[in-house]
Amino acid sequence: MTPEAIHDALQQYFGEAITAFDADAIDPTVTVEASAIHDVGAYLRSEPDMLFDSLMCLSGVDYGEAQNSLGVVYHLHSTALRHTITLRVEAPRQDGVVPTVCDIWRTAEWHEREAFDLFGMRFDRHPDHRRILLPDDWEGHPLLKDYQVQEFYQGIPVPYEGDPPEIGMDVYRFQDREDLA
Amino acid sequence: MCAMAGKPTGDVYRFQDSKGQWRTHRRPSHHQDGFRSGGPGISYERQGDDLILQMGPQHPSTHGVLRLEIVTDGELVKHITPHLGYLHRCFEKHAEAMTYPQVIPYADRMDYLSAMNQELAYVLAVEKLMGLKEFPERLEYIRVLMAELQRIASHLLAIGTYGLDVGAMTPFFWCVRDREKILDLFEWVSGARLLYNYLWIGGVAHDLPAGYTDKVMEFVTYFEPRVQELNDLLSSNKIFIERAASIGVLTAEDAISYGIGGPNLRGSGVKWDLRKEEPYGIYDRFDFDVPVGTGEFGVLGSAWDRYIVRVREMLESLKIIRQVVDQMPGSDPNEAMPRRIRPAKGEAYLRTESPRGELGFYLVSDGTEKPYRCKARSPCFTAISALNAMNHGGMLIADAVAVIGSLDIVLGEIDR
Repeated sequence: MTPEAIHDALQQYFGEAITAFDADAIDPTVTVEASAIHDVGAYLRSEPDMLFDSLMCLSGVDYGEAQNSLGVVYHLHSTALRHTITLRVEAPRQDGVVPTVCDIWRTAEWHEREAFDLFGMRFDRHPDHRRILLPDDWEGHPLLKDYQVQEFYQGIPVPYEGDPPEIGMDVYRFQDREDLA
Repeated sequence: MCAMAGKPTGDVYRFQDSKGQWRTHRRPSHHQDGFRSGGPGISYERQGDDLILQMGPQHPSTHGVLRLEIVTDGELVKHITPHLGYLHRCFEKHAEAMTYPQVIPYADRMDYLSAMNQELAYVLAVEKLMGLKEFPERLEYIRVLMAELQRIASHLLAIGTYGLDVGAMTPFFWCVRDREKILDLFEWVSGARLLYNYLWIGGVAHDLPAGYTDKVMEFVTYFEPRVQELNDLLSSNKIFIERAASIGVLTAEDAISYGIGGPNLRGSGVKWDLRKEEPYGIYDRFDFDVPVGTGEFGVLGSAWDRYIVRVREMLESLKIIRQVVDQMPGSDPNEAMPRRIRPAKGEAYLRTESPRGELGFYLVSDGTEKPYRCKARSPCFTAISALNAMNHGGMLIADAVAVIGSLDIVLGEIDR
């Protein structure tokens, strides 16, 4: 199925829970109401003409303070029918909650833990909601755009003191070079 | 290798007596209290009497710094909780502070055993984001050549260390000896042995040196008979087959649901290779087969099936390399290299077939020279998450080591 047809089917089935569709994007993206993502996922997984059995990637994104939202992006693929779609949900930056999809695609369990670890949105009904890459007692979520690193971690100073060493990286700063601008 | 005395199948315990005869033994009833068996893959449940074993982070068979918290009952593994992050180097946070070309060396360091494939995936993702499609022929061929040489190097190390994990020392030395020849080829072209920064966006760091393809062909003719030697030494070794062909069984359905790709998925009998299914670059021009596991010596999807897929893939890579060298055109590979990398606002996800499976990059651009978000979707991350799905009730502690080895994980890529 084409992304347009998938969007139309979703629109027909879920109505207002499908908030937007970007057909001209590099990967056509359907934006879904956060509370409906589990139902949409279950529908896409099981419907005979969808059969999205593979969650290729689940990524968190911070859309910044201006937009005040965190995103979760799901890249889906069907190994049987060979079609692809991208879903996106958005949640508020503070106390955002997204339903988990890890009972539909098992790989989501760890990917959601990673998104929580690095961005801080909660995944409702997740069976094992812990940090995965950072220590359990780390403060803050590092991939947020306004992240400030903590001063001490278990008595060890964390922020880097002093200037970074000179390693000649400024060769690559194209923005400073007018002949390339 | 002699630790295979017991093969537990439910409450009936099989063991070999001193004459090598297989005999069965029913567990005493007080051992069965609290056990619950369910179906052909027996699952155990027991309250109390559990021993929690910490394996790692410093352990030779975890292939890096990985800690496994293993709940054991005697010799049986009941549950494994992997703890990651010991090698977390904030790749994704760093990437947001770098310009697009500056990220390439960081991508190298994710999976340091197949750095060319990491570069290729990242570079292709940026090109997809920028909408670049037309490249000089020579560049495309160089990319395929590098990716396939790196695949062989990576598989050689996977095979060698897997032999080491289950107690076979010699194959490791043979594999490392042959891998060294590939690293020499890489050193010649890029100046580095492991972390190359060679494939750039829309180009390469340097064109191939004169006489490079001749040396590649020299390696191919040298290496092809070595695969047969390796098969004679390890693949068809009875001890090795008995050790590996019935453990760590991963069903095809589980594998897809856990997002596993590459040799681990094909070991479960699924004919799925992104080079065939979604040909990126010029992979659609080459003639090669996709080997899959068949369960010929045990259960389909076992550790041995995953192992043998890697061995056979090396031969397929050699096939591709021969075709690349035959067809290699002569021109400037860097003709179309964009001097200024500033993708328009947008986002793109691209996945490639790395030696360890499906390696993807999700890039979001806000129209500046630095990625707004750069997510690496790592194949090893998903592979290690399926560890408990490979335990059907009879996994021994020693099997856990053999199963992890068969997954071919690299912690640099899991933790990023």
